[in-house]
Amino acid sequence: MSEELLTTLTWLIPAGPLLAFFVITLFTNRSRTLSWMLAWVGVLSSLILGWTVALNVFAEGAHHLEEHPTFIADSIAWIPFGSHVENWLRMGVAVDPLTAVMLIMVTFAIVMIFVYSVGYHNWGQPLGKVLGVPNHMQEEPLLSRFFAFMSLFAGAMLLLVVADNLLMLFVGWEIMGFCSYSLIGFWYARDYHLGEDDIPHISPRKAGIKAFMTTRVADVVMLLGIVYFYRVFGTLNFADALSAHSLEHAVGAVGASAIGVMALLLFTGTVGKSAQWPLHVWLPDAMEGPTPVSATIHAAAMVSAGVYMSIRIFPLIAIGAGPESTVPVGWVVAGIGAFTALMAATIAVAQNDVKGVLAYSTISQLGFMIAALGTGAYVAAVFHLITHGFFKALLFLASGSVIHGMEHGAHHVHDHHTDPQDMRFMGGLRHKMPITYWTFLIGGMALSGLPFVTAGFWSKDEIFASAWHAYNAGNPIGIMVLIVLAIAAFLTAFYTMRQISMTFFGEARSPLAEHAHESSNFMTFPLMGLAFFAVVAGWVGIPEDFPILGPLVDNNWAHHMIGATLHTTLHHLSEAGIIAHSYAIAAFEFTWVPLIASLAVALGGLFLGYEIYGRNPLQKGEEDPLVKALGPAHTFFNHKWYWDELYDVLLIQPVIWFSETFVYMWMDKGFIDGFIHLVARSFYGFGRYVRAFELTVFGDGVDWVKDQFLAVAATFRQLQTGRMQEYVLVSTLIASALAFVVLAINYGWLDQISQMF
Amino acid sequence: MDVLNFPFLSVMTLSPLLAAAVILMLPKERGENARMLGLATMIIGVMLSLYMYIAYNQNLPAAGTRWADTLMFMEEHEWLPSLGINYIMGVDGLSATLVLLTSIVGLGGVLISWGISDRPREFYAFFMLLVAGVQGVFVSVDGFLLFFFYELAVLPMYIMIVIWGWKERREYAAMKLTLFLLIGSFISFIAFLVLMFKLPEAGLPITFDLRVWSEVHFPLSDQIKWFMPLFMGFGILAGVFPFHNWSPDGHVAAPTAVSMIHAGVLMKLGAYASMRVGIQILPEGTVYWMPLIIFLTLINVVYGAFVAMRQRDMKYLIGYSSVSHMGLVSMGFASMALIGFTGAGVQMVSHGVMTALFFSVVGMIYDRTHTRSLDELSGMMKVLPWTAFAFILGGLVSMGMPGLSGFIAEFPIFVGVWSGGTLDLGSNAVFGWNPSAYYPYIALVAALAIIITAAYIVRAIGSVFFGEYDGKKWHDMRPIRPIDKFVLIMFSVILIAIGIYPAIIVPIVESAMMPVVERLHEAQQTFTVIDTVQHIAVNLITWLGGA
Repeated sequence: MSEELLTTLTWLIPAGPLLAFFVITLFTNRSRTLSWMLAWVGVLSSLILGWTVALNVFAEGAHHLEEHPTFIADSIAWIPFGSHVENWLRMGVAVDPLTAVMLIMVTFAIVMIFVYSVGYHNWGQPLGKVLGVPNHMQEEPLLSRFFAFMSLFAGAMLLLVVADNLLMLFVGWEIMGFCSYSLIGFWYARDYHLGEDDIPHISPRKAGIKAFMTTRVADVVMLLGIVYFYRVFGTLNFADALSAHSLEHAVGAVGASAIGVMALLLFTGTVGKSAQWPLHVWLPDAMEGPTPVSATIHAAAMVSAGVYMSIRIFPLIAIGAGPESTVPVGWVVAGIGAFTALMAATIAVAQNDVKGVLAYSTISQLGFMIAALGTGAYVAAVFHLITHGFFKALLFLASGSVIHGMEHGAHHVHDHHTDPQDMRFMGGLRHKMPITYWTFLIGGMALSGLPFVTAGFWSKDEIFASAWHAYNAGNPIGIMVLIVLAIAAFLTAFYTMRQISMTFFGEARSPLAEHAHESSNFMTFPLMGLAFFAVVAGWVGIPEDFPILGPLVDNNWAHHMIGATLHTTLHHLSEAGIIAHSYAIAAFEFTWVPLIASLAVALGGLFLGYEIYGRNPLQKGEEDPLVKALGPAHTFFNHKWYWDELYDVLLIQPVIWFSETFVYMWMDKGFIDGFIHLVARSFYGFGRYVRAFELTVFGDGVDWVKDQFLAVAATFRQLQTGRMQEYVLVSTLIASALAFVVLAINYGWLDQISQMF
Repeated sequence: MDVLNFPFLSVMTLSPLLAAAVILMLPKERGENARMLGLATMIIGVMLSLYMYIAYNQNLPAAGTRWADTLMFMEEHEWLPSLGINYIMGVDGLSATLVLLTSIVGLGGVLISWGISDRPREFYAFFMLLVAGVQGVFVSVDGFLLFFFYELAVLPMYIMIVIWGWKERREYAAMKLTLFLLIGSFISFIAFLVLMFKLPEAGLPITFDLRVWSEVHFPLSDQIKWFMPLFMGFGILAGVFPFHNWSPDGHVAAPTAVSMIHAGVLMKLGAYASMRVGIQILPEGTVYWMPLIIFLTLINVVYGAFVAMRQRDMKYLIGYSSVSHMGLVSMGFASMALIGFTGAGVQMVSHGVMTALFFSVVGMIYDRTHTRSLDELSGMMKVLPWTAFAFILGGLVSMGMPGLSGFIAEFPIFVGVWSGGTLDLGSNAVFGWNPSAYYPYIALVAALAIIITAAYIVRAIGSVFFGEYDGKKWHDMRPIRPIDKFVLIMFSVILIAIGIYPAIIVPIVESAMMPVVERLHEAQQTFTVIDTVQHIAVNLITWLGGA
């Protein structure tokens, strides 16, 4: 295909779902059927276009792509800064191998989720009456709104994937954040009235706010990172800014440590979006959304976007972790990833909510990717991102199918108190829901890393192998990551087996499970589609010198294809001494240590899980054997390490106090308004004195003077008798008195009188 | 650069005055004619200002043009030449934009008040007066005219709040607002006059013509002494901390249309005037003071957001959020970089439309429920979906969601502040620190406000629009009128259009900011390194003694 055509097709990849969003919102929101069909058309167009573009990129071959990783690039001017055309912030699309593999996974998973959603929301059943709560066994009345937001979400994700610059990536990023808020809180009128022993839930509305706010904190830091990025590179375009030449120039200009700070600012965005510690708390609560939403947010799209962004800026992380930098970016990234992986795995072990286990499993698996990035193994991170996208979407959808079946049972026996998501009330679903069982099993095995068959094994093995080689190349982070992740992987296999056993094996432990039955074709078909990839997606990444299997398949296609994205750049930087050698390893020899590690933990975990839960499935009313075995640790894990409680005390309450008491009551009302009122009052008080003065002096005083005059006048009025004789008499008297005074002054009589005293 | 000889600006500014006079002369029983007349005037205003905006956009001045030459639609008439007062009007890129903003918000205000029943004639007459005053400030090129219109805008505010406002707070709020604004303009006016009588020292005649002022160079000591009064006097109207306090009270007490004008346009008046008169006339003073003022704007931004988070009254919430957002405008100025100034200009428009949208939504809800309390309202999504969508859109703008106008405004401001000014501030140190060293941290702390903004907006959306709807609680619930829908759509379209295609506004705003920043550049070169704090003490003493 010609390059112009491919460029046009790339622009159109996010267009379909975005268009579907607008059409559904503006025109077809009254017809639920038409709305979901439109949404399907939108994402199907993305699937076709995305795969076309991606396959064209792959056809180019890894060797050619190493020289020119950006296969397609096109942009238009967006925000004009500086009135010169070259200073415009540009919006554009670019496709390199990383984008291409993301396009394969994201579009496929999203289409499967869209298909599934129609069945999940019981399309075709009688219409539900209540808005904003789940209507079991009835068609969702807000189906149009659901598909509108899902389309917007899908469009934003694809926008993010094809973006050629940080700004457009951020646009998609934020739109997804908003969509996750509205979709997690989709059942906005739902509220829980929990008993003592119930799994704690917060209402969907609050969960949406929590997810939005937590990621928002990270996004703002990331925005500052973008600002800094723009300041240093003068552009936000990935290809321009992150070329070897530009990076060397930037390191020369601001220093490697500053680049490291920039990397950490941007990485914070990933911590929020990909639910890494310490910002992981939103993800488990986000399970309050409808299950297809969980699958989209937690597997295919949003959390993947976080890791994707960090992979995009991987050269910055590598420089920050490099020899010239004083900021330990490598340790921070790998440390957060490894800690999250382990912590979330321990929590997942002690959860009873079928989606809760998967939620913590997601956090843990994302930690794997982040830890891999920290050691420099970005190829392994991408590979695991892709396989995880497939098998985790599968697991979420399958668990949704389980819940759906349980709800059917609840409807049948009119039991609306038993939690249909609680695994303790399941059991024996294997025979009632065979397709769900088999696909869940495949997904679970992929997650545990069942050797040699599943995708999860190959991608996890790649992470272990890369960490081991990083260690051998002189990076101590590698061995830390390897050990921690091995423990986490062991726990992963264990809790997966626990989950499968509790859900599907043994006898039904509640009437709900007894009356559960298989979901509709709308739901089972996507499960099978995703199950296919949960197995096959790993086969493209088998190391070429792997015993027996290696020579059978192509020569580790995934490694070379994904590696082509950054190979040349990292090689240059490594030559220039800006990044450590272990961050630019292109290919490595096969070794036994990591393989044995991954075999041991996967099989060991599965075995232990089967021994405890599979061989003798739980009976009705029986307690989870782990409660006794782990003791207080189980409570600690079950309560999710008490992070929520800790944050409430450490962050939320102080902020509320600060805004409520300090800023508002003390500063605004107390100090500033108090001062103003003081001024006002003193003026007023002064005014009152002036008034009092006025009343006394000019009021009473003048009155007094007037009164005196009047009194005098009244006296004198008696003189005015009208008789001429009296006038003459008075005049004579006055004249004599005046003459007397004049004489007295003249002759000094006054002085004599004064001397007399 | 005249397009036509038609006196656009006079017609646009004075036609509301004429309309006000005619409305007052109408007989009492013909109140509905008043609103028709008001609507007609506003439509004329929108059409004229839209025409001017487009015409200006087609003739954007090149970089490096003097400010006097960027003015279009000039009108010059002698008024009191012996006192240096003349009737001069003209628009540059920023004022053309703000004039358009005023017309649109004014139109929205008239439409929102369509159902007003209490003394409609007087209401519309004063509203016209208010719009005339605001428009007049934006188009004045003569300092005296500018102050004249400024006072003209304040007076009707007082009357409208006192007569049509919220009964519990209106007298207090109106008095607070009026005193703050009058004292502010008085301070600025004094500073302006003092400087004017120094014009002969620079060999210039005494004049109010801002074109002359925009090129005069006052001595450094005068600049430093008089910048703060001149800038802060107007800054009060822009809600600069700690003089922001009148504004939320005013917002709350005012009737819906006046709140819209007040938050949407009037606060921009302060920012505009403080830039046009404060920054442009005294560039050295700006360079001297801004590294300190940026701390005030930082407090503005963060503090406003924190206070807003605590509010349970929707109007107070928006009022304090306005304080926070206007702080970003001043912060854009304080960045002293072109990109920051441009962001500030866009933020004026974005915030103006956004708050107008917010207040119209609150007005619609209040008309139906007679409450604005977040605790009492719930589930409005079900009965008033239009207001819900509009409020959510406004909220997204407010929290700087990319793809909407708020982001187009805030991103450049943050870039500007982070860069510490393209001026590479070597000139002025605060506490011995060079500004370029601490400007990035200012951006860092200011970013906190974005998080807080998201928190209070999301909370407000959650408690007002979502949750259970109790149909028995409200007796007066009726659907949104088509007129109201039109207003909401009009504002929403602007917010989205700027967000998706910023080129419709960024170049024209930038063209107006360039001469100002150019002057700051020049000032930069004549400046030697001074430690601000040390010199403030000295200057304060001289100022107190010398004034």
